[in-house]
Amino acid sequence: MPIDFLEAKRARHSGGAPALAADPARFGLWAFLGTVTMLFIGFTSAYILRRTSADWAPLAAPSLLWLNTAALLASSATLESARRRQTEASLTVLLRLVLATGLLGLLFAGGQLLAWRQLAAQGVFLASNPHSSFFYVLTGVHGLHLLGGLVWFAVVLARVRQLGHVPRHDVLGLFATYWHFLALLWLYLLLLLFVF
Amino acid sequence: MAHAVASHHEDAHAHAPQSFLFKYIFSKDHKVIGIQYYLTAMFMALIAGALAMMVRLQLGWPTASWPMLEKIFPQSFAGGIMEPGFYTMLFTMHGTIMVFFVLSTAPVSGFGNLLIPLQVGARDMAFPFLNGLSFWTFFVGCIVILTSFFVGAGAAAGGWTSYPPLSALKGAVPGSETGQTFWIIGMVFFIASFTMGGLNFVTTILNLRTKGLSLLRMPLTLWAMFLVAVLGLLAFPALTAASLMLVFDRHFGTSFFLPAGIVLNNIPMVDGQGHSLHQGGSPLLWQHLFWFLGHPEVYILMLPALGFTSDIMSCFARKAIFGYKSMVGAMIAIATLSFVVWGHHMFISGMSPYLGMAFAVGTILIAVPSAVKVFNWLATLWQSRIQYKTPMLWALGVVSLFISGGLSGIWLGQSAVDIQLHDTYFVVAHFHLIMAGAALFGVFGATSFWFPKMFGRLMNDGLGKVHFWFTFVAYYCTFFPMHYVGIAGHMRRIYTLTEYKYLANLQPINQLITVSAFVLGASQLVFFVNFFWSALKGQPAGENPWGANGLEWTTPSPPPHGNWPGAIPEVHRWPYDYSVPDAPADHILQTDPAPIGEKKGH
Repeated sequence: MPIDFLEAKRARHSGGAPALAADPARFGLWAFLGTVTMLFIGFTSAYILRRTSADWAPLAAPSLLWLNTAALLASSATLESARRRQTEASLTVLLRLVLATGLLGLLFAGGQLLAWRQLAAQGVFLASNPHSSFFYVLTGVHGLHLLGGLVWFAVVLARVRQLGHVPRHDVLGLFATYWHFLALLWLYLLLLLFVF
Repeated sequence: MAHAVASHHEDAHAHAPQSFLFKYIFSKDHKVIGIQYYLTAMFMALIAGALAMMVRLQLGWPTASWPMLEKIFPQSFAGGIMEPGFYTMLFTMHGTIMVFFVLSTAPVSGFGNLLIPLQVGARDMAFPFLNGLSFWTFFVGCIVILTSFFVGAGAAAGGWTSYPPLSALKGAVPGSETGQTFWIIGMVFFIASFTMGGLNFVTTILNLRTKGLSLLRMPLTLWAMFLVAVLGLLAFPALTAASLMLVFDRHFGTSFFLPAGIVLNNIPMVDGQGHSLHQGGSPLLWQHLFWFLGHPEVYILMLPALGFTSDIMSCFARKAIFGYKSMVGAMIAIATLSFVVWGHHMFISGMSPYLGMAFAVGTILIAVPSAVKVFNWLATLWQSRIQYKTPMLWALGVVSLFISGGLSGIWLGQSAVDIQLHDTYFVVAHFHLIMAGAALFGVFGATSFWFPKMFGRLMNDGLGKVHFWFTFVAYYCTFFPMHYVGIAGHMRRIYTLTEYKYLANLQPINQLITVSAFVLGASQLVFFVNFFWSALKGQPAGENPWGANGLEWTTPSPPPHGNWPGAIPEVHRWPYDYSVPDAPADHILQTDPAPIGEKKGH
């Protein structure tokens, strides 16, 4: 007889022990976002401390960053629209929205690379001054998390196409949580690096 | 629609994998993964223990020649005398491997994986694939760390804390070259693995508890595992960030941790025009980030031992744990305080006295929840009928070490006293007793207690007791005298003590410590014999050999794939109902619905 691996979860849904979050995957994702947040708090504390040193030379934000930001926010918007309509919209519409999210995400990543190239062309490199060091490192670490998201995005897309519907576990919802988190994180990094 | 997909998932997971490769190697079963972690940690402990033996050899007889060792390490023992650089590598790698790859791994990843689903009443961890990935990531980290002994000029030699500039300048010492790079890579793998494990721990404990298992009915081991996972998830990222910046400083010319004006091996680090290659960085920044992880990390080692001790003690005292809720509260308090005391590792780094005061007060505050725990353990033992089985001896050992190591913590936590004692053997004594010792004794206790759930057999009690007493006495003989030499001024990480006149007369004590350390090391052979012999030939244990109450004792030993042959049991009480008046037996299983036992409020 096959063992029911989800029976404890079901028992709880039908009036068993109270759970802090109904869906383990969602809880696990938030725990992961917690640890990513701590990573950037670690960088932030280093940044704040390092900024007080005498050799700090502020960098002007490459204007391309604002375009990149717009692309990332737009990708969040298309994904949110897909997530909200996942029960009523047709699969074609959902696929288009999710695909748009991925393309806008790629656009952002490409734009960030281009911004690196522009800075390098001006002679501002990783080791040029502490502000540029932090700029490259923070955009790089954010970019890596974004690329991880894009890999996940490709998996979701393949799965939706294969199944012919959005799979269980509210995968779109989980992905949206991660993606919106990255967009917010980017806004925070912009403020940290160039406004405050 | 959603249901159809869900049942597809279950079918894929419900049947135990049959091939050896997927059943025992690339397993997704938490019990197999737990044992994999445990055995790997055991192997790493052998390596790290051997390093410690060589450290002690040098400290006991600093100028002696060892022709036999020259044959094994021709370069590091040229002429039979240990190279100073080899010595610094020994203590660096001993600390690194023991702290991360043994004493974080065996109790947390080993027993955490083995016990959490069994104690919460789940078929497996919440994310079994992530769990398997976590082990193999850890395994790669072990390989990287072990490989570092064989690269270029040898493994990292800048201390387990890897302070810059030693760790940031490739030319600083031989170990600062490739060895340090491997150290960083190995740690990144370790952190990634520990993060995956931590996500599984918190999610499984909060989301997969069986019906009736409220938070305040959980065994204290489970509470400890939960808090440890939270600490890991929140503290390790600081080291990730710091390691990344260290990589950029080492390989890409940035100056996060490196100030201007560095002179490396008598050559100023300047470019063609005489400008300093690095400027403005702060080595202290690394220390802050490292210890923001480092202090919670010592509680990652400690807390599981405190949980094991409570559960084992209650079982062998045949008495409910005294003050269960205060035990939970104390662990939460210890875990919370661990995030605000990191500065006590840096009192002499040039810290504002007011900041130092804040760190000192926070540190000494930890004595309060710690004392609550000790009081509760003593009260549990009070007027109980103690059964002196091997697991109980280890639990009592943990209490002993927790007290003797904790008291010196109160000394060290005061910034004024710490200025004298910082970086002396007093500190080495302190953390070996409380962090390393209590964690190690906790692991031994848990091993003998939960061995049936690993291999279905009991460990030999006689051999277990021999192992305990030799270890207990040798442990104190090794680490207690270090307090005295530390107060006398014996510094840590020193290669030849005898070069200092005022310390030379401490040499006999050092020899006593070294001999005790050798006895301690040799005693562990008893454990290895007992472990492997019992795993193969030990007495079959049956479901519940100790008459314990937890959910893990309601399933066969070892538990089958899926943990319970039938339905998942429901929980009706806490796991501490021992010797309940009017009960038919001296213990009541957590699954027993009888309306007796469990005090009100649980």
